[in-house]
Amino acid sequence: MASKAPKPDLATLQKKAEARALNFFYGKKQALKNITLPVFDRRVTALIGPSGCGKSTFLRCFNRMHDLYPGNRYDGEIRFFPDDLNLLGADVDPIEVRMRLAMVFQKPNPFPKSIFENVAYGLRIRGVKQRSLLMDKVEEALSSAALWNEVKDRLDEQANNLSGGQQQRLCIARALASEPEMLLFDEPTSALDPIATASIEELIHQLKDKVTILIVTHNMQQAARVSDFTAYMYLGDLIEFGWTDDVFFRPTNKQTEDYITGRFG
Amino acid sequence: MASIAQDIKSPAGAGRLAYNSRRHINERIIEWLLLAAALVAVATTLGIVFILVKESLSFFAVVPLWDFLTDDQWTPLFSDPHFGIVVLLSGTLTSSLIALTVAIPLGTVIAIYLSEFASERVREIWKPVLELLAGIPTIIYGYFALFFLTPILQQFIPGLPGFNLLSAGLMMGIMIVPYISSISEDAMRAVPMALREGSYSMGATRLQTALRVVVPAAFSGIAAAYILGISRAVGETMIVAVAAGMQPNLTMNPTEPAATITAYIVQVAKGDLPHGSVGYQTIFAAGLTLFLVTLVFNLAGFWLKRRFREVY
Amino acid sequence: MNSTPTRDLVQVRSMIAAHKRRDIAFAVLGFAALTLCFVTFVALFVDMLVDGASRLTADFFTSFASRRAGQAGILAAWVGTFLLMLVTAAVAVPIGVASGLYLEEYAPRNRFTAIIEININNLAGVPSIVYGLLALGMFVHTFGLGASVLTAGLTLGLLILPIVIVATRESIRAVPGMIREAAYALGATRWQMVRHHVLPYSMPGILTGVIIGLSRAIGETAPIVTIGAVTFIAFLPPAPLTAAPPFVSFEWLLSPFTAMPIQIFNWTSRPEVAFQQNASAAALVLVGMTLLMNAIAIWLRYRLRRNLKW
Repeated sequence: MASKAPKPDLATLQKKAEARALNFFYGKKQALKNITLPVFDRRVTALIGPSGCGKSTFLRCFNRMHDLYPGNRYDGEIRFFPDDLNLLGADVDPIEVRMRLAMVFQKPNPFPKSIFENVAYGLRIRGVKQRSLLMDKVEEALSSAALWNEVKDRLDEQANNLSGGQQQRLCIARALASEPEMLLFDEPTSALDPIATASIEELIHQLKDKVTILIVTHNMQQAARVSDFTAYMYLGDLIEFGWTDDVFFRPTNKQTEDYITGRFG
Repeated sequence: MASIAQDIKSPAGAGRLAYNSRRHINERIIEWLLLAAALVAVATTLGIVFILVKESLSFFAVVPLWDFLTDDQWTPLFSDPHFGIVVLLSGTLTSSLIALTVAIPLGTVIAIYLSEFASERVREIWKPVLELLAGIPTIIYGYFALFFLTPILQQFIPGLPGFNLLSAGLMMGIMIVPYISSISEDAMRAVPMALREGSYSMGATRLQTALRVVVPAAFSGIAAAYILGISRAVGETMIVAVAAGMQPNLTMNPTEPAATITAYIVQVAKGDLPHGSVGYQTIFAAGLTLFLVTLVFNLAGFWLKRRFREVY
Repeated sequence: MNSTPTRDLVQVRSMIAAHKRRDIAFAVLGFAALTLCFVTFVALFVDMLVDGASRLTADFFTSFASRRAGQAGILAAWVGTFLLMLVTAAVAVPIGVASGLYLEEYAPRNRFTAIIEININNLAGVPSIVYGLLALGMFVHTFGLGASVLTAGLTLGLLILPIVIVATRESIRAVPGMIREAAYALGATRWQMVRHHVLPYSMPGILTGVIIGLSRAIGETAPIVTIGAVTFIAFLPPAPLTAAPPFVSFEWLLSPFTAMPIQIFNWTSRPEVAFQQNASAAALVLVGMTLLMNAIAIWLRYRLRRNLKW
């Protein structure tokens, strides 16, 4: 549950990123319509909505994943702070963007390498070679991902041998190792059993004091459990945004209320 | 054989639902016929093994196996004949090594480029072109090596003889590139996009993703490609027969002419050796050696190829 | 971890720039490799063209081989190749398609089937000269068929059998299970389902595989040389169609013959430059035939992928 302390005024909160009038097109089809949404620093913001509403599409704009496939087009901005960079700018290098924001995917996708090498991957492509330095960073990342104790004796084993929940925590450790400024979670627990899900949610609680988190989830209860802010999307539009408590218990928009109460899903 | 229509028209009860034994027998006959066809492949293998072993046994009754394996001359038609297979093996080995030194790097680079770098359109154009390259008859590659490549090489290497292993090896290499690149590329394409996304999302470039994630993931398929390329090089006949000459010569020096196992067989078969003579039987002994070597590589390559298919 | 960038952005950017340079360098390398192969191919083609195009007269196609280079032609060779392809197809298609059908539709998943499949895979990698040895030992001598069109056709048919089998299996696999279930649900037997539904839909794919197989067979030299196909032939095999009843003759099957690759091989081995020209011309014809068949097969496959919408 979100904190019960009195909520600060939105104007006093620092933003980490902000989408401004963001439209997105898969070829001719418009998937995102004029989205303006702040992402507050060191808070968890959840994106909810029915299938096909564009929440994953929106998430993948942040780290320019759409650039990997032909025919996609961005229109609008995502500003990133503190240097006020437009992540979608044509002159901005997607590789630089991806080094500053990290993503965890719906289905765990560890590389067919050892546990150690998986976590060290981000560091290696940044040119870190010293074994001792890598070892420290890997241990730090695995600890932050609450996986260190389970794997510290078998770092050279293949990552594929881990269970689903462990693999997802490994992917989180892999993302954390490169010290990102923002973490993007794309339905991180939808492929996991309830116990693994709970451990990931616990992890998100621990991480949020250190790094900004934007999480897409189709599970409303999860959004209610982990997030400070919630954005409700429907068919490419941003319908409502606010403190999680407010969106769930005092929605201002009828559509939001219908979705929350389960009149449609 | 009763057709469906005939069954529907016949009176209900008696014909339609009764067990039609004639149809059943027909089905079985057809199945046996199809099985017989499938067994032709097994029969072919058995036939190959049988004839190679049968003639080789006659050969080894006259020529000791130890001599065959250790003699350093191959002069089966002289009055004092020598039967050292090592001589022919050296030609096969040298030409294959040269070929693979060309084909493996080129083939792998092309495979990585087409799989990870090139756009769909580029792939659609180049894949058929590479397939066409693989379809050119090898006699033509041999002709090209002899009349076009060797003169060019002679400009760079003075004293290079008209028949030499280098020219044949280089040409073989180019011929094998499509085999290696197409199997490697298939293996790389089979690697799921999710792994690539995981790599790109961390800020890796295409080259880093290709070398650090995709190639290791596709490793067994790529190894299969290399092994099948080796097998192809070892078994190649016409390019070496035409461009490297057919004079057996124990050497690893590519600037010399030499005969491979395959070229030797062609040379003998072109001539008139009486059936049943030792000279005639040498080609079967040589053929058996060749068959065993390529069998080992083929089985290894096939096993590796199956492994990469199972992983995904 | 921090929520604000603590690393030096300038340093990160220069590192990224270095990585991207390597990335582009590799793309250039890859394209250069492709170009190298293409240039080799073009050089080969142009060389043949320059050397042999002048010999491509009508006479060339209608004359037999001769000791005088200027009068030599490829009549016996291309007729021989044509007859050879007939026999090859007659062997490879029925056996190959039947094998493919058996393996896809009838074969149970057991060790026996696995042995058949391993054999087929292995045969695909056996060097073609070993097929020649098989033919020499078994067909020429043991069965007594001699160095004839039939022997060569059998050999090449067996050689391309794996290609036809693989193409058949892949085409059959592409037919969706729904169609089979629909046929069974109407009371069809397995063979009826295969004959009326699976085979017709797989035909185009099988045809493509057969064409590719034949384009491979057309250029095979080693097995035919090993059998003992003579290179200097100044006659054609007896015609398959005769004037007198029964109007069809099979004499040509047991006749000695020559083929395009053999003729090229023979001319390449002669020192006189004039024969080299002949070899170039004949090579042009052979490459032309091969490319044409490959192109047809590729085009067929492309057309199929667009037409079949399940």
